[in-house]
Amino acid sequence: MAADNLIEIKDVDYWYDKRRAILSGIDMVIPRGKVVAIMGISGSGKTTLLRLIGGVMKARKGEVRVDGQLVSDLDTAGIYKLRSRMGMLFQFGALFTDMTVFDNVAFQMREHTNLPERMIRDLVYLKLNAVGLRGAHRLMPSELSGGMARRVALARAIALDPMLMLYDEPFTGLDPISLGVIRNLIRSLNDALGATSIVVTHDVQEALELVDYVYYMSDGKVVAHGTPQEMLANDEPLVHQFVYGEADGPVPFQYPSRNYGEDLKLGARHG
Amino acid sequence: MERSTLDLWVGLFVCAGIGALLILALKVGNMSGFSTADTYQIYARFDNIGGLKPRAPVKSAGVVVGRVGEITFDNKKFMAKVVLTINKHYQFPKDTTASVLTSGLLGEQYIGLVAGGDDANLAQGDTLKLTQSAVVLENLISQFLYSKAAEGDTKK
Amino acid sequence: MAERAVFSVRKLGHTTSDIVIRLGYAVRFIVLTLMHSGTSFRRFGLIIRELYYTGVQSLIIILVSGLFVGMVLGLQGYETLQTYGSESALGVLVALSLVRELGPVVAGLLFASRAGSAITAEIGLMKATEQLSAMEMMAVDPIARVVAPRFWAGFISMPLLAAMFSAMGIFGGYLVGVVLIGVDEGSFWSQMQNAVDFREDIVNGVIKSVVFGFAVTWIALFQGYDAPPTAEGVSGATTRTVVTSSLAILGLDFLLTSFMFRGV
Repeated sequence: MAADNLIEIKDVDYWYDKRRAILSGIDMVIPRGKVVAIMGISGSGKTTLLRLIGGVMKARKGEVRVDGQLVSDLDTAGIYKLRSRMGMLFQFGALFTDMTVFDNVAFQMREHTNLPERMIRDLVYLKLNAVGLRGAHRLMPSELSGGMARRVALARAIALDPMLMLYDEPFTGLDPISLGVIRNLIRSLNDALGATSIVVTHDVQEALELVDYVYYMSDGKVVAHGTPQEMLANDEPLVHQFVYGEADGPVPFQYPSRNYGEDLKLGARHG
Repeated sequence: MERSTLDLWVGLFVCAGIGALLILALKVGNMSGFSTADTYQIYARFDNIGGLKPRAPVKSAGVVVGRVGEITFDNKKFMAKVVLTINKHYQFPKDTTASVLTSGLLGEQYIGLVAGGDDANLAQGDTLKLTQSAVVLENLISQFLYSKAAEGDTKK
Repeated sequence: MAERAVFSVRKLGHTTSDIVIRLGYAVRFIVLTLMHSGTSFRRFGLIIRELYYTGVQSLIIILVSGLFVGMVLGLQGYETLQTYGSESALGVLVALSLVRELGPVVAGLLFASRAGSAITAEIGLMKATEQLSAMEMMAVDPIARVVAPRFWAGFISMPLLAAMFSAMGIFGGYLVGVVLIGVDEGSFWSQMQNAVDFREDIVNGVIKSVVFGFAVTWIALFQGYDAPPTAEGVSGATTRTVVTSSLAILGLDFLLTSFMFRGV
């Protein structure tokens, strides 16, 4: 059973100071080969979870296991080795602005392998072709549109054929066409690489169409999880509000404030 | 930027920098400063060294032949003991005189050596027998005033 | 009343401890940078690239400023020396002022404003756009790959720039003094050569510029690396680089000068 799960997170807590927990009691299982979404409103702890999986931060309590290995047991060299088997797509691409598209994609190959330049060139073209941007290899990141930049970043992330792909808000700020492109790429690359993908997002529509399984987080805890169909049918108010994008519900519309009458200084008028 | 163009500019930059350093070292400064191997040390005692400082020049006939080393106080003879580091090229007879002189009117003080007539030369560790202390301005003035006053007395 | 006093004292304490903590972090940062410098030297191309951006691109401002400073020294020096009848010592005045003080200090200040702020902005921006995090996630240490090469480039550039500043300055002084005003060329150079001692003046000047280079590059890199990842954060960091570097240069200059030129 354990071999089927690429990632196992057991009872994980994380905090900066004990009074405000960012994550509490997280239990999550990411099966191999699946595309899993972690959803929640801003500040629910999704990005922190990604960082724990990537070994950027260490959990204060609980276990994070990636491919059977306990992440907290790894030393710096071990963590770097783990990361070279992961690819991460950052929210706005995070391309290296002082290099061309080609050099960006070739970065990991040049840093971690001894492959000759001819092979690297072929591989870079391969990856860029997969995301449809082979012709753009000479451009600088400043010359790319948002959607193109993200696709290049995707090509860069899959450069070493990782076993795990992490996507941090891949759909944010994209036009509908680019959205469709990225969505298709996430699925096709996952299946082509035989990899596992985690998509952190709050774009419900795209996510539910794309993924195999969903974890919904709120306020540092896993509030619900299931297949997309189960999430749509879930009638827990918190989940329902998120999935159907309702303006007011368990997550209130109004920021905590004084009584409206008090603010308008209605004085003796109000009850 | 092309790799080779970059390298070219950086190479030029480093060359220019080293060039500037060399210009400063050779054309602007002087590399004098005798290494200890080429020098020998002699001692001189003075009643008053005035404003003499270590590393002040030691000159003879106006040419720098060495540097002043350590300056200490001889508690037995109650005199100043000065170490003179002289360039090995220059040998001085044993009866050379050392005086504390001033460059210009108000400049820094240095040691002037006037050679004597002795056949034997000074060797490492020798002490100069004849020295002349620095001229202290206050003494000069009081001497002058005193002699003026004496003159006035005799006239009466 | 007493409450406000306590509050102020506590705030002062916090600020002081914040500064101390930040200083400790900065020290840890530079130690890490030095320890991870292996990559920079094995792939020297990284340093060469940064040398271009810090050193070569600072050349114009350094050379032009050096020329002007030297020329002003020539003018002002001549005016003052003339009243004592010592115009022939102009070369000495210009050379010693530049080599001992103005070269390292002014070049250092210019370097801090031009190259230092550029380094801070670049690194701060890389942090804000998650490029540094991306690099970490790709298992490449950003300190070894991004920070260390820039450190060594700054460290190497600074003494070279200071020397070029001094050389240009002396040339500027020569232009004004000898060519324009008419001070005797022979005595200009010969008195200079007599008065400027290699070990005392030139070497000490170089030592100063090396120390300044270390300090300025360290400050610039640290401010960029530690900047809050926002637009205001980066702009505040660049300002802080220039201010802190300038103060550091002037303070270190005093320390170094008192050690070197104490009048033994």
